[in-house]
Amino acid sequence: MNLRIQEPRAPKAPDAAAPAGGLVPVAVPSPPPASAIRTFLRERGNSRVADATFRWLMLLCALSIFAIVALIANELVVNSKLTLAKFGMKFFVGSAWDPVNENFGALPFIYGTLVSSIVSLVLAVPLAVGVAVFLTEMCPQALRGILSFLTELLAAIPSVVYGLWAIFVLVPLLRVYVDPVLIKLLGWTGLFMQPDFGIGMFAAGVILAIMILPIISSLTREVMTAVPHTQREAVLALGATRWEMIRMGVLRNARIGIVGSIILGLGRALGETMAVAMVIGSSPTISRSLLAPAATMASVIANEFAEASDDTYRSALIEIGLALFLVTIVVNILARLLVWAVTRGAPARAA
Amino acid sequence: MGVSIEVNHLNAWYGANHTLQDITLHIPANEATALIGPSGCGKSTFVRCLNRMHETNPIAKVTGEVKVGGQDIYSETSAVEVRRRIGMVFQRPNPFPTMSIYDNVASGLRLNGFRNRRVLDEVVERSLKSSALWDEVKDELKKKSGASLSGGQQQRLCIARALAVDPEVLLMDEPASALDPVSTAKIEDLIFQLKVQYTIVIVTHNMQQAARVAERTGFFLNGRLVEFDSTHKIFTNPGDKRTEDYITGRFG
Repeated sequence: MNLRIQEPRAPKAPDAAAPAGGLVPVAVPSPPPASAIRTFLRERGNSRVADATFRWLMLLCALSIFAIVALIANELVVNSKLTLAKFGMKFFVGSAWDPVNENFGALPFIYGTLVSSIVSLVLAVPLAVGVAVFLTEMCPQALRGILSFLTELLAAIPSVVYGLWAIFVLVPLLRVYVDPVLIKLLGWTGLFMQPDFGIGMFAAGVILAIMILPIISSLTREVMTAVPHTQREAVLALGATRWEMIRMGVLRNARIGIVGSIILGLGRALGETMAVAMVIGSSPTISRSLLAPAATMASVIANEFAEASDDTYRSALIEIGLALFLVTIVVNILARLLVWAVTRGAPARAA
Repeated sequence: MGVSIEVNHLNAWYGANHTLQDITLHIPANEATALIGPSGCGKSTFVRCLNRMHETNPIAKVTGEVKVGGQDIYSETSAVEVRRRIGMVFQRPNPFPTMSIYDNVASGLRLNGFRNRRVLDEVVERSLKSSALWDEVKDELKKKSGASLSGGQQQRLCIARALAVDPEVLLMDEPASALDPVSTAKIEDLIFQLKVQYTIVIVTHNMQQAARVAERTGFFLNGRLVEFDSTHKIFTNPGDKRTEDYITGRFG
């Protein structure tokens, strides 16, 4: 066997590298002796300090998240201790909101936040996934760039502009064309009933849907693109139609990522303030009809903080902020539990 | 020149799974040593213990002593330094897809702060020649991505990348198992060339490959080193019944 080695070579001599395949060695400038590189690397030491420093630095970054959350929670609790002491748990389940008589309950706002977010998800998720499917699976190359650019442009519009547009365009549109149809078709559910002013929970849900659409569709597109092409081929080779291929070969593999993008969208919907405050009608009431005016936690803070003249009123609004903080945490935990329950026992995601 | 590796009472775990049990062997310098055995016998884990890659898995644990060139890599140095001295080639070619061929080869030196352009050029050329890839890529060194090469070329690129830092030991974990016969033959030729300068440890499923390239062969079974001897003896007159059963194809 050893016959194949022509001669013992000086380490790193250029033509020592002459490969076996009969390749002619090319004359190259004489490289440094082998030990040069090894010496260079040896002089770098063991890099223990660098490794440890990096580790601590990253830990510090991670800890800053805890610090920020703790500071916000602390601030909210400290500044709302007046109403926390006065109403206790009743604050979160009471539905009265009477600043004049200093009687405060947050339930209508908690309800408004949750319902407007649910409405927005119901409208935005199918649309966003549809946009993503079109962009990744069937869009002509020329259109793809424009369409994804426009989708991302939607995310860049400030929410006050959305609010203005909603007041002048969306709300009249809904009132004249959409709501009457909904009342006629779905009136029996009690979700769409007169009186209809245009502004209200439904209008807020629609504007929220438009605002969270870009987040959900661009993240969904990312995870769908990451699904290996071989998965698509595997399904197509079984004789699947385009939709079956997308369902089984793409959406199924990307589902955890898609749910993640929905959770991010939900996070934005829960906290969105300005556009909602402009179209929801600011009424601290709980009505079954989505066409009735309502209020969310964020919208009531935005609309009333400036006029909160006395300490109790201000404390109540800050406690609304605390409630929003808690609701967001609870909703995120529930969403994570849902993901965990759905994917338990499933193989790790492909994307 | 390569250095020898001494392994004493090496044990390794994945979680509760005791994947390597009391391995002791001596790998001589400037030779190719092949490790054979059925899937899951611990041979990959073993080479991953030689450059402390095993411990990058959070549930992994290692005990024992591994001396490379006389230095205990677990107690006398850091994992980072060990890996600068010991090159590794993986089962699937893993070139950096966002880097050109040149940058792939230069990556090891660059990340250590090596900036001398002239020397880098030389090292890249020499490494690519050592891995028998130079003639195929020399015209598109900085234009083509490492991932645009064929599978066999990618693996030779990965070998060049490992050689560029002038390692003392080259670990190869089934380097040809994802390649076609022509590429495999090229890699085997390479191992033949390279062992003059480096100590090579190669894991392989292919017993002919072990017989072709290695001076010594170790047979692993169920996390234990059953037999370690000259390749000639292992394949013609094995000392253990289990080795004989394996190489004659009676199991595994």
